[in-house]
Amino acid sequence: MSNQSATITEAPKTAQLPRTSIVTLTVNGEQRSLRIAPWTTLLDALREYLDLTGTKKGCDHGQCGACTVLVDGKRINACLALAVMVDDREITTIEGLTKEGSATPDGLHPMQAAFIEHDAFQCGYCTPGQICSAVGLLKEGHAHSREDIQELMSGNICRCGAYPNIVDAIEDVKNHQPDRA
Amino acid sequence: MNPFTYSRAGDLDEAVREISDNDRAKFIAGGTNLVDLMKANVMHPTHLVDITRLGLSAIEETEEGGLRLGSLVTNAETAYHPQVAERYPLLANAILAGASPQLRNMATNGGNLLQRTRCYYFYDTATPCNKREPGSGCSALNGHNRIHAILGTSEHCIATHPSDMCVALAALEAVVRVTNRYGERAIPFADFHRLPGDTPHIDANLEPDEIITAVELPPRGFSQHFKYLKIRDRASYAFALVSVAVGLEMEGDTIREARLALGGVAHKPWRNLEAEALLVGNPANRETFKRAADRIVADARGYGSNSFKIELARRAVVRALNEAAK
Repeated sequence: MSNQSATITEAPKTAQLPRTSIVTLTVNGEQRSLRIAPWTTLLDALREYLDLTGTKKGCDHGQCGACTVLVDGKRINACLALAVMVDDREITTIEGLTKEGSATPDGLHPMQAAFIEHDAFQCGYCTPGQICSAVGLLKEGHAHSREDIQELMSGNICRCGAYPNIVDAIEDVKNHQPDRA
Repeated sequence: MNPFTYSRAGDLDEAVREISDNDRAKFIAGGTNLVDLMKANVMHPTHLVDITRLGLSAIEETEEGGLRLGSLVTNAETAYHPQVAERYPLLANAILAGASPQLRNMATNGGNLLQRTRCYYFYDTATPCNKREPGSGCSALNGHNRIHAILGTSEHCIATHPSDMCVALAALEAVVRVTNRYGERAIPFADFHRLPGDTPHIDANLEPDEIITAVELPPRGFSQHFKYLKIRDRASYAFALVSVAVGLEMEGDTIREARLALGGVAHKPWRNLEAEALLVGNPANRETFKRAADRIVADARGYGSNSFKIELARRAVVRALNEAAK
């Protein structure tokens, strides 16, 4: 290397480093402003910037459903949404579900209570996503049978295999809390 | 993900202008495929133009009596739209056979058409792939190719198009409406996606500076006799090994009109007009169905792990036709 020419090699010219911007998200009814880069996903914004760690990062590729949140009432994968794109949407996470409507005396959303009642989890990692997904499913109103619930929960993977109890819990809320459906 | 800049287009003109001015810019709407590919370092645009506020989010009747699906309508909104469910159940069923509810709530109709293949080698940046890196070679030809194409392949690429929705749109003979800086144009669905040939890095006949504004469905929806049959490795939330979209018009037991498209077998939704012609005017029975299926797979070629798809496709066509004719 020492006998190479003494010319100085410049760093390759790169595009101007993109700026961060201030994005105001409405999360669980509260407006929260954060300075983020455009490549920050909604999932990372929630967990790393807003300390809302209830929403889980599983695969980070939209395959497992652990990051499911509600945006304008619709369930989506927060890992595939850019935070900067949802600044004017209503975002609801597991922490804010009770603000969606009536809570049980324990301060839980009926779907949370049903998951406990039916022992619908083991390790619990997928549970916030399962519950948000189930709330979205009942709002959508397309599940008319147990088989429909199974099919329409296919975007949420549970590695502990608590599926039968998860379906029981959702069926229970669907049948006994029609106002939530 | 690589660093990128972001802008939000306020109207169609602005969106087209932004994309025309920057050859490393991409549109983003649902983001379900693009963000994933950016995380995998397969795609690395330096600028994203957010098109989600452009409108283009209506489903409305066309003057010809068909239905215009805005390109920004989500897959879920499309599948559950009363007019789609009633008049185009083949399309509704195909959409609901794909992805998961969360993804269908995000993914748009325009984006569904433009999603990239799920070939393992396309995603694995450590391996050669002509689609990802033109000229680098195809790892699937002699690699793991269980999910790969059996029809319309080339020595450069045996990837499949992953969409279910597009298989139904091919059978329905939809039209893709696009806008560029010079105006609008319409692309018949059969001409929208491409075969790999020696340019497998180009998926569709859409120029980089064009935007899809709508997908138009012709009046005929085959709502009486239709079937979307999807065969996959698990019952839900998996890509098709083989799928078949069928639309028939029957007169008694005789087939008067037939549309047939296959998914999971080629670089684009696969139609064989000769096979469709073999159905028309003939009785809806097993012999007729087998003749059409045999015609389709006569051109097929297996690459080892995916050779089972030839017989699978043949049987799937017969079964889908049988169920559609009922």
